[in-house]
Amino acid sequence: MTEQKYKFLSTPRRPVEDRRFVAGRGKFIADLDRPNMLHVAPLASHHAAAVINGIDASAALAMPGVVDVITGAELAAAVQPLMNGLNTPNVRRFPLAVDRVRYAGEWVCAVVAESRALAEDALEKIIVDATPQPFILDAEAALLETSAPVHPEHGSNLLLDRKFVWGPVDDDFDAAAHSLSFSVTWGRNSTVPIETFGVLAEWNGWDQMLDIWASIQMPKYADQIARSLDLPGNAIRVHYDVDVGGSYGVKRGIKHSVLVGYIARKLGCPVRLIEDRLENMRAGDAHGPERKFDITIAFDQDGTVRSMKMRALDNAGAYAGRAPFQLGKPISAIVGPYQINSVAYHALSVTTNKTVQEAVRGFGQAPTNYAIETAMDRVAEYLGMDRLALRQKNLIRKDQFPYLIPSGSYYDSGDYHAVIDKVLAAADYPAMLAERDRLRDAGMMAGIGIAACLEPSGGNSSFEPLLNQSNQTSTWMESCQVNIDALGKLTARIHTTSSGQGHETLVSTVLGEVMQIDPELIRITRPNSLESLPGNSPVGSRMAIMLGGAAARAGEKLKAKIMAIAAHRLGVAIDQLRYEGGDVLAHDGRRFTWDEMVELAHRQYHNLPDGMDPGLASFDIMQVPTGDALPVDDKVQMYPCYSFEFHLLLVSFDPIIGRPDIHSYVIGHDCGTVINPAIVSGMTYGGIAHGIGAALFEEFAYDTNGQLLTQSFLDYLMPSSHEVPAIQIVKHCTPSPHTVFGQKGSGESGYLGAPAAVSAAINDAVSSLGIHFEKLPIRMSAISDAIAAKTS
Amino acid sequence: MNDVTLTINGKPVSGVTEPRVTLLDFLRDVAGLKGTHAGCEHGVCGACTVLIDGTAVRSCLMLAVQAEGEDITTIEGIGGSGARAGELGVIQDAFCETHGLQCGYCTPGMILAAEALLSVNTDPTEHEVREAISGNICRCTGYVQIVDAILLAAKRLGQRNDAVPSDATLA
Amino acid sequence: MKPVRFDYKRPATIDEACGLLAGDDNARILAGGQSLIPMLSMRLSRPSLLIDIAHIPELTTFVETETHIEIGAMVRQAVAQKSELVKTHIPLLAKALGHVGHPPTRARGTVGGSVAHADPSAEIALVAATLGAEITYRVDGTDEIFDASDFFIGPMLTIAPPTGCLTRLSFAKAPAVCGTGFHEVAPRKSDYALASAAAQINFAAGSGVTSIHLGIGSVGDFPERLDVNQLCGTPLDDAAIADAVHAAMQMVETVEDLHATAAYRKRVATELAIRALRDARDEISKDLNQ
Repeated sequence: MTEQKYKFLSTPRRPVEDRRFVAGRGKFIADLDRPNMLHVAPLASHHAAAVINGIDASAALAMPGVVDVITGAELAAAVQPLMNGLNTPNVRRFPLAVDRVRYAGEWVCAVVAESRALAEDALEKIIVDATPQPFILDAEAALLETSAPVHPEHGSNLLLDRKFVWGPVDDDFDAAAHSLSFSVTWGRNSTVPIETFGVLAEWNGWDQMLDIWASIQMPKYADQIARSLDLPGNAIRVHYDVDVGGSYGVKRGIKHSVLVGYIARKLGCPVRLIEDRLENMRAGDAHGPERKFDITIAFDQDGTVRSMKMRALDNAGAYAGRAPFQLGKPISAIVGPYQINSVAYHALSVTTNKTVQEAVRGFGQAPTNYAIETAMDRVAEYLGMDRLALRQKNLIRKDQFPYLIPSGSYYDSGDYHAVIDKVLAAADYPAMLAERDRLRDAGMMAGIGIAACLEPSGGNSSFEPLLNQSNQTSTWMESCQVNIDALGKLTARIHTTSSGQGHETLVSTVLGEVMQIDPELIRITRPNSLESLPGNSPVGSRMAIMLGGAAARAGEKLKAKIMAIAAHRLGVAIDQLRYEGGDVLAHDGRRFTWDEMVELAHRQYHNLPDGMDPGLASFDIMQVPTGDALPVDDKVQMYPCYSFEFHLLLVSFDPIIGRPDIHSYVIGHDCGTVINPAIVSGMTYGGIAHGIGAALFEEFAYDTNGQLLTQSFLDYLMPSSHEVPAIQIVKHCTPSPHTVFGQKGSGESGYLGAPAAVSAAINDAVSSLGIHFEKLPIRMSAISDAIAAKTS
Repeated sequence: MNDVTLTINGKPVSGVTEPRVTLLDFLRDVAGLKGTHAGCEHGVCGACTVLIDGTAVRSCLMLAVQAEGEDITTIEGIGGSGARAGELGVIQDAFCETHGLQCGYCTPGMILAAEALLSVNTDPTEHEVREAISGNICRCTGYVQIVDAILLAAKRLGQRNDAVPSDATLA
Repeated sequence: MKPVRFDYKRPATIDEACGLLAGDDNARILAGGQSLIPMLSMRLSRPSLLIDIAHIPELTTFVETETHIEIGAMVRQAVAQKSELVKTHIPLLAKALGHVGHPPTRARGTVGGSVAHADPSAEIALVAATLGAEITYRVDGTDEIFDASDFFIGPMLTIAPPTGCLTRLSFAKAPAVCGTGFHEVAPRKSDYALASAAAQINFAAGSGVTSIHLGIGSVGDFPERLDVNQLCGTPLDDAAIADAVHAAMQMVETVEDLHATAAYRKRVATELAIRALRDARDEISKDLNQ
């Protein structure tokens, strides 16, 4: 095992961030007060669609403490539209609605006042003259030519319509003995962090500088704001030392930030917008994918799955943003962990009068995994074959890596069969089966769910050029700077906010390992964006690979310099030296100590090798491994690393009540070399909890009037400590050949397979009744109703 | 506007505030104690949990004016402060030990819920721990390492010689 | 999510509270606030004055009479849950209280506040309606008493006098031998119930089962008492219980929402009512066999 190889890596170490959080001393956006700060409250549209005829804010403006009311018309005249990932220039989006509203809750205008309460008082005095328009909520209906477009200027509701054929799909279907078709729908949910989004902006006219503090997890955030506000990139200073209270993808906040940046500049004072929970739910523009899959799968009598046709229709909501790209990431693992020879993929994204989508944990991979795993269960059911045996037959074997999938990505490494064997042993699978049968005999509905899936990690953005040919992006770097001060202590700088991923622990552990220095002694800081090197923030399950990689490489550069100084000082060749715990040992036993080295580098230029720069600093800007090319023939290497997870759980429920009770949950997880075990386990547990929510509880549901029904936590139901069971993680390590320590990503782990597994367990429980639940979440009411319909 | 004086972490804190201001907003905006967090502001998520007479309650479901005369403990009242800042209470230390958190946003509420539990139940079962934190939503951890932390803290508190029921007295 | 502006008063007596209430059409009583304050924050409730009754001593007491237990309106749910009087004499309420919210909301929420708020899924209201508790309001200096069985008339709607202040709930003491059952179902344990049922069977040595109380909540617009007294004098076997509950449920009207269909609520309420009655019966059998 790899655990023995490292001094700090993969060892149980306390994450360094935890100390401030347990004391309530995190620095969250709402904790920041600036003198004379103003507060913003947006006015929400009551209509799902309407033309705005006029806005009368005079009564609001006359109220004491109210400073300004900003309308969409004012804003649109002053800022550029928000960035759009696709080539749909007529799907224009501004922070506030311009001329028409396109979903209930959309911001119509914004009050600026001396307190949030005063701003909310003023909202009630604004009169909006609006004419309701027809609206559309269903994605299939939005595709119809007879449906009114959400953006009339765009001409239709279609944002994306791409067909891919990878491999001999027709031949494989012809050759296969059987095929079957089915549809499943992934309900609209999101990560819903407990901290809502917030941003604080302050304009300094003397410096011509816009300072921004925000609870962001957003690549190229400063660039996008600068573009929209028509400011030079170096006139935006984003402060990365803000703790983010959870994100899991969604904390992008560009619209909030452009609005607040504009107001701050207009009024010349600090301005803050903290979403309240209702605003966050209905108009934070942070809903996740809502996706219908139509799948046809071809297979042989022995269970060999040959080919798959997948149509994925995503309901993007009222504006495009980056949401349609969430149909792109799954292309990198479109066959899951299976040897499927060919795939036809039809990706469709449409606008509707619902809240705008944002990136959610897994960027579209969890819905696709749910569809693939449902397909495997359906094939097994069709053939009367054991679900586990079917999977084991089709899984990629460990001797097949690197394994090229039809859509052009190589999977780096894995031993899927070994992970599954470990899980079956840990869970005592025969006992689990016996327990299921015992529960059934006792009159309960009981089912076992299994799901195997991949977590593509290392986050580059090759789905962008794949889905949008005018986009030539092939760079998706991350960076780290390291400095050893004149007293010999290490400080590393990272260039992003964190939302619980433990980046300070990651970098200090990695640097400690490389430099053989206790990570506790290494300081991590987060400068602002102007003092930072380029990076792309913690998205796409990439930071262990990319920030960890950049930190390790920066450390190696420092070490190389230290070795060169030592070689010069000791008068021996570098290959005669050995680095040990900060000191350098010569083969003859002489020791060049860390302190001497620091003294030379900082104070004795005359003792440094000729031409060497003084000081002990390095940096690294690292490109995504394997992510070096644009797509060719609709194929591309999208991610460098593929983590594997295998879920196994037992569920039971009373046939009348229908409330699923998870008895046991075991997950096998292989994300290569682990940097910090507690962090990886925590993310996996949390991902499973979130997946249980997606499978059973969480949905942004709309009524027939286009109103969001689940705006509060009374209706949007997130699992509590009662709904998440004790979970057993079975660890396995197949190092990646592409990363500095063999690490892979784990930030999306658990979530990528849990919804599929929970759905499978419920479906297994009702299989004897011929029931298939084809939509998530599977509510207890739906379970009970379906059973009643079959048994009454 | 009302003059309000609250007893927070054993000290009186006075401020002028409207009756409509919740205890949560008073703690954050008037008392300057930012460790109590707003999550939903309608009483479901538990991020704003504080202790009143040692019992966990929602500070978003109380008005500041209602809290006059009550003994309020916030996360700032747990563990060391001032010159002793950096000294963790037993429960806080256990959360660090098991990594019973990630983003840290629900954490103060979780720790106070754990304080309330362990002050009346020194040897809770896993089920009792889950019940005690069932009103505190965490989106990061799936609760597993939080439950581990609270059970670990209970064990450590039980091993103490001085039978101090909770580490709140460290403040 | 900030409330509208309002004034706040802390009366020291019930009559002072009633005077304040009478003096402002838009005044509201603030008890534990666990339901009212979220409505304030969402501006669904927009009072001009809040009258905080937490500091009126007589509202926080239990009074035991020969036949009844009276619970002051401001008694916190957590206090009632721990009360020996409640455990001994109102065992059905004791069972139900564990299902109310979760520990932090029970710490502040009050018995009276829950009844006055009249949420259709509220457990305390269900028990009160099932047992026919007496609900006392102080109006213009005099007490008006309402039978909880017909006090609730719609979601958040009761026949309470608009200028009255709820002062206490009075429950008849359960007989020495009695059985109770309480069940509810919610998506998550502490959510509003999708269906709930409460049952109490009273027994007297010599005469056998003297009365059967059954109620269901969360199913329609208010907690409803079901008449299954025809079961008195029968052996209370499973089949008879099921038949009686099915018959009683015939006329029940059910509501539907995102979380549960009307059919679900009715089906599950029926099942829970059956289980509650069976639990009550089994408790009596156990008592008698001891």
